[in-house]
Amino acid sequence: MEKPVIATASLAGCFGCHMSLLDIDERILDLIELVDFNKSPINDIKEFARECDIGLIEGGCCLDENVHVLKDFRNHCRILVSVGECAIMGGLPAMRNGISVRECLEEAYLNGPSVRNYNENKILPNDEELPVLLNRVYPCHEVVKIDYFLPGCPPDADLLWRALTALLNNRKMDLPYEVFKFD
Amino acid sequence: MADLNNFTIDGLKCLAREGTSIIDAARQNDQFIPTLCNLEGVPPKGACRVCTVRVNGKLMTACTAKISQGMEIENQTEELNEMRKSIVEMLFVEGNHFCPSCEKSGECELQALAYRFEMTVPRYPYFYPKRNIDASHPRIVKDHNRCILCKRCVRAIKDEKGRSIFAFLDRGFETRIYLDPDLAGQLTEERARKAVEVCPVGAIMPRGEGFKTPIGRRKYDRHPIGSDM
Ligand code: SF4
Ligand code: SF4
Repeated sequence: MEKPVIATASLAGCFGCHMSLLDIDERILDLIELVDFNKSPINDIKEFARECDIGLIEGGCCLDENVHVLKDFRNHCRILVSVGECAIMGGLPAMRNGISVRECLEEAYLNGPSVRNYNENKILPNDEELPVLLNRVYPCHEVVKIDYFLPGCPPDADLLWRALTALLNNRKMDLPYEVFKFD
Repeated sequence: MADLNNFTIDGLKCLAREGTSIIDAARQNDQFIPTLCNLEGVPPKGACRVCTVRVNGKLMTACTAKISQGMEIENQTEELNEMRKSIVEMLFVEGNHFCPSCEKSGECELQALAYRFEMTVPRYPYFYPKRNIDASHPRIVKDHNRCILCKRCVRAIKDEKGRSIFAFLDRGFETRIYLDPDLAGQLTEERARKAVEVCPVGAIMPRGEGFKTPIGRRKYDRHPIGSDM
């Protein structure tokens, strides 16, 4: 029988959720037995080579490119899961949501104490290769339909393991209180 | 014993003095009714509606309604907990609750209720309102992003003449908590501590201190709010 296929992505996240997935200790050997990985930074597969069963999304949408990747995941994954606070509610990147993009860029590249004296030509990054900042950070479920949400910053490795094995075995998720956290 | 009333909570026989609020009566009978704005010993406000119960079939806030003989109270029902959960969700989207960077995380009653109700994501869209942090007072920092306008601070923190040191400023969506400029000086170390304590969320924090208790040992890390009853 073919193994279920998992894909993962980090949008506006810090890779903490991916690290937490790797933090399942020796169960990672079981995971490799249980599933195949497709598009994911873990194996560096950059484009979807096939349809996937489960897509794990870390991070919210902060750039136009995040939206593109997220839609690509929705199109290729049967089940899509928002993993972690950033995917669920924007997380710390969304602290900029009350501030205009211009003000953010000016603080980061012109006025901040670490750049103030070094950006002599007052240049804001403007190469057309660069992704564009969205007006604010969007939770993933405000962009595409998301099927499950796993909270935490990052979600506890046990929570991820339980949720994944439940999904793979078509069981109801049983998420114990001690690992169901927002921080 | 004439002033003792019999009543039931979820079918359980209970006893309390006539005139006790339902929420206090429940506490005395070891029954947990969730709340965010109620504080034992402080006049109730009925602000958050989280303590809503069904009394003889009618919805009421357990903090403002009083017990009477023969009352039948529904508390831990799916319907009520679902309504309570939806209130908690509204509070999460209405402010800016970045739990991972909040000093109150693990000890916050709003978060603890979200855990208890297994809120993974609010059903409502996030507002991301623009709100400020006020660090002008020498003893406390007020973070308006996290305030749920429960008025606990207004009701519980008074000067020696009984005047509230905290007050509400403006109306509607603009409402925010503020320190009466004439009374701000009366926020002594002790009163400041108490303000931090009574605030159910991380909207009033002590200056120069935070993240004191390690993760795993905070109040709600291991046991849900209300599990001590
Ligand atoms: S006040 Fe409570 S709910 Fe709000 S960010 Fe802090 S811990 Fe989270
Ligand atoms: S500052 Fe805290 S105690 Fe005061 S109204 Fe806001 S949430 Fe309630």
